[in-house]
Amino acid sequence: MSSRLFLFGDDIDTDQLAPGQYMKGGIEELAAHCLEGIRPAFASSVSAGDVLVAGKNFGMGSSREQAAEALKRLGLAAVIARSFAGIFYRNAINLGLPVLIAPDLPELSDGDIVSLDLDQGTLTLTETGRVIQLEPLPDNLKVLLADGGLVPHLKKRFSKERNKEHGQCA
Amino acid sequence: MMATTLAQKIVARAAGLDHVTPGDVITCQVDLAMIHDSGGPRRVEPILQDLGVGLFDKDKVVLISDHFVPGDTDEGARILELTRQWAKQRQVTFHDGEGICHVVLPEKGHLKPGMLVVGGDSHSPTGGAFGAYMFGVGATEMAGVLATGEIWLKVPQTILIEWQNQLSRGVTAKDIMLALCGKLGMDGGQYQAVEYTGEAIAALSMQERMTLSNMAAELGGQAGLIGPDETTLAFLKQAGAALDDVDWRSLKTDADAPLMARHVFDAATLTPQVAAPHSPANSGPVNEAPKTNIQVAYLGACTGAKYEDLRNAAAIIKGNRIASGVELLVAPSSVQDQTRAANDGIIGILEDAGAKILPNACGICAGYGTHRLGEDVTCISSTARNFKGRMGAASSQVWLGSPFTVAASAVAGYITDPRPFLKEEIAA
Repeated sequence: MSSRLFLFGDDIDTDQLAPGQYMKGGIEELAAHCLEGIRPAFASSVSAGDVLVAGKNFGMGSSREQAAEALKRLGLAAVIARSFAGIFYRNAINLGLPVLIAPDLPELSDGDIVSLDLDQGTLTLTETGRVIQLEPLPDNLKVLLADGGLVPHLKKRFSKERNKEHGQCA
Repeated sequence: MMATTLAQKIVARAAGLDHVTPGDVITCQVDLAMIHDSGGPRRVEPILQDLGVGLFDKDKVVLISDHFVPGDTDEGARILELTRQWAKQRQVTFHDGEGICHVVLPEKGHLKPGMLVVGGDSHSPTGGAFGAYMFGVGATEMAGVLATGEIWLKVPQTILIEWQNQLSRGVTAKDIMLALCGKLGMDGGQYQAVEYTGEAIAALSMQERMTLSNMAAELGGQAGLIGPDETTLAFLKQAGAALDDVDWRSLKTDADAPLMARHVFDAATLTPQVAAPHSPANSGPVNEAPKTNIQVAYLGACTGAKYEDLRNAAAIIKGNRIASGVELLVAPSSVQDQTRAANDGIIGILEDAGAKILPNACGICAGYGTHRLGEDVTCISSTARNFKGRMGAASSQVWLGSPFTVAASAVAGYITDPRPFLKEEIAA
């Protein structure tokens, strides 16, 4: 599936992703203001399946998971960055938003048409055919993401535990 | 026994392992979970209901309201009400309107050296000042902790930051952290364990150490540790923490433990620092900053308005007036610190000079309520971060500095070095 690339720089912080003044509201409202301080039309121009690519330390700052949730709500297929801030990275996986590290990103242009292959861990630039290798996720996070995030993962675990208990009773 | 770090000792114990290897993914049992009104009940309860489970241990959960206090918007008031209902229903310890979570948690005796603690806030590394491995998580992850009592982590390496010699008068923990943000960058901590050590750190009070640990977040560390010592013990005893079962002497990084990095700095040559908009890493000596007029001086948040921060500000302000055209806003970090400061005459000194005292809450630093910086306002703030638009309008310009520097700037009307204000005191 081809999608559009939205390019951002280093140190994108959580106040840009989920501005404090909208934190009391719902995710719909927050998502509408996502990154507006840097790029006012961002929320209205993203389509489902698009990809955000950024520099280092993406998502630094607050632990508010709405920063990742807003990106997911806007329909982004993944965020790719040279590096991520630790809490944002965990939050994104927990919410089922793929976040992938690409330490050696080549020169990219905003608006490039790309195709993302999450299974292979590659991002391909449609025009040049260039393939960018993304770092594979650690095994424990692969499982979390495959389950759709932490909540479905825990549901699965609890249901297994319950079945086991029932099995022992029988 | 293999030489190991303080961080590795704590996470190994919490995982029930004799030995851990950096980089390995382990599952730890959580000794304490701290949540607040923003990422807490309103976010975790729907997940707990969805999972069909209760709390793993209600006695290991502490709830503190601070982000939406005082409830000055309809939504904020509604969130606070929901928070209060939840505390009753789930029967957890609840500190309501008593101050900012990172300050209230240790002052109420909830922390002990060696604990593994998760907090629903990015400044949770503050608990590291007490020798606890404490780190921040988002609400979904917190819901998982509340449901299971467990959390995974990657065994951290340690980045040791040593400050030799002593800080000069007028130079504080905030100056150390702004200097470190500039030198190491906002990702210098690489989501590993930062640990502070050295003569200057050993000489610091607990409130100053809390500022160091808190701002490990600004370095991008997962935790910000300081090995416990007599200073730690004295604070915790006074706070009522039960320390009988704590073997605090073993909670230190062994001399020959492998480290990711070791950075050595001289505290004696450090001067007061400021960070220019819009990053704590835009830092440098205040006396090299361009002359910048201010309209707001803010003493607030978890690193900038504790008792000692207020006392430092009062040492500058005593006998002075706030410059005309400048508003000095003070949001003491906790009720306990404000009461102590009031009893010692510190609040009086600030008010006499024209300061306005605000609620004991995150306030303008979080920017969640009605009190926010207006268009084009230039502010100097004793808080921990100055990202664009965080404290108000996107056009507002926030500089960071120590409480000394904020107070001196409030008197001068522009950003200035606090040390000349302390000259008489230094001479005496």
